[in-house]
Amino acid sequence: MPPDRAREFFKEFFKELYKLGVTSIGLVVLISFFIGAVIVVQLALNLNYPFLPSYTVGVVSREIILLEFSSTIMCLILSGKVGSNIASEIGTMRITEQIDALEVMGVNSANYLILPKIIAFIVFMPVLVIFSIFVGLMGGYIICAFTANPPVATYVYGLRAFFREFFIWYAIAKSMIFGFIIASVSAYFGYSVKGGALEVGKASTDSVVINSVLILMTDLVFTQLVMG
Amino acid sequence: MIEVRNLSKEFEDHLVLNNISATFHKGIVNMIIGKSGSGKTVFLKCMVGLIRPTSGEILYEGRNLLTMKTKEVKRLRREMGMLFQGSALFDSKTVLENVMFPLDMFSRMSKKERQKRAEFCLERVNLLHAAHLYPSEISGGMMKRAAIARAIALNPKYLFCDEPNSGLDPQTSQLIDELLASITKEFEITSVIVTHDMNSVMNIGEHIVFLNEGVKEWEGPKEQLEDADNEAVKKFIFASDIFKKNKAVEEIGAEEKKRENQ
Repeated sequence: MPPDRAREFFKEFFKELYKLGVTSIGLVVLISFFIGAVIVVQLALNLNYPFLPSYTVGVVSREIILLEFSSTIMCLILSGKVGSNIASEIGTMRITEQIDALEVMGVNSANYLILPKIIAFIVFMPVLVIFSIFVGLMGGYIICAFTANPPVATYVYGLRAFFREFFIWYAIAKSMIFGFIIASVSAYFGYSVKGGALEVGKASTDSVVINSVLILMTDLVFTQLVMG
Repeated sequence: MIEVRNLSKEFEDHLVLNNISATFHKGIVNMIIGKSGSGKTVFLKCMVGLIRPTSGEILYEGRNLLTMKTKEVKRLRREMGMLFQGSALFDSKTVLENVMFPLDMFSRMSKKERQKRAEFCLERVNLLHAAHLYPSEISGGMMKRAAIARAIALNPKYLFCDEPNSGLDPQTSQLIDELLASITKEFEITSVIVTHDMNSVMNIGEHIVFLNEGVKEWEGPKEQLEDADNEAVKKFIFASDIFKKNKAVEEIGAEEKKRENQ
């Protein structure tokens, strides 16, 4: 009887999409909103020079959120949540012989467990980044509405001034690369666990550390290659 | 039938299994016994292909597992069912989904048929009432029964069990033993059970392989185990209460016969 893997793959894919992606929306919204607001407050207070137009706050906060905060810093934060989740889940399956059980059944355990996670996170990461960009800019908008520094109209004018659509694609491409790094590195650490609960904890921590380093290095290289 | 020939396994210069040869027969309960650390589980894991031995042959009806192509190994594995020491049920799936899993992966049945087959397997182990529960919501004995149901879902030719009674009370242990024995007979399976529980050996064991420090010390039918001419076997089996009692009863009987004859 040939395996019916496509059906199982999609079943797992949608499960992971929900577990890794949809459940992260709350965290993304919360952090993006406050960071967006704080960026606007900081810029408004520190870019208060007579020779700079007041809409500069909108322009700079947009570029910060679009180019680095939502596409890189948000991925760093998500590597903590999602990365440790993947490493500990797969690590626990390893030490409780659930992966051995898959192997004995003739299931390719790496393919069954890891592939849906990687694809799901690559697919959903841009969605989270778009959410983050939108909510971050909204955070700035709302703080402007409360403090009028700068006025909402000026902020919105700044958001629209000198806009380059390419930056959106740049952020999306970056987030997909980071999604791949987070899911694959964490899965590797979980899958190669040997020992007990202590080792699962260590794998989880190590995956977050390595993910962070790789994300930062990749960010530098990718930015230099694409924007340089 | 499974034949193991000259199997050895070394872990970083430490010889865990030393040139073991054994035969496991169809339709009976074969048991691998020995004290903790004697290499029983490593031996079982080598037999199912989870650990690659350093040397030797593992023949399934004459087909050597170690020289098979990946596709053949996969096909062979669909003929295997395995019960792990900790049950190894998937935490994220309900009992029914766990039993359905091998069917989902490898059968072309419709969903209804798969569910029917899974329910039949659960019924067989008396666990249909817990089908909707998650592994974290059921007891250790129920977990073992669910794992047995999962192991037989694809009608396996070979059933491997690693310490099926560990962590269970005597009553539940007996239940699991009887279940394994009846499934072996019912489906004509080659069962290989790793255990150090002598009650289990006495209850359902038929063909016994005794390991001691990575070496096969004895192999034969259960009935001959007690009379085995091997110091390690004697030490191991007479450490168990059940054998001490048997021995005492036999000695009393022999003395009475002697007195009657006088």
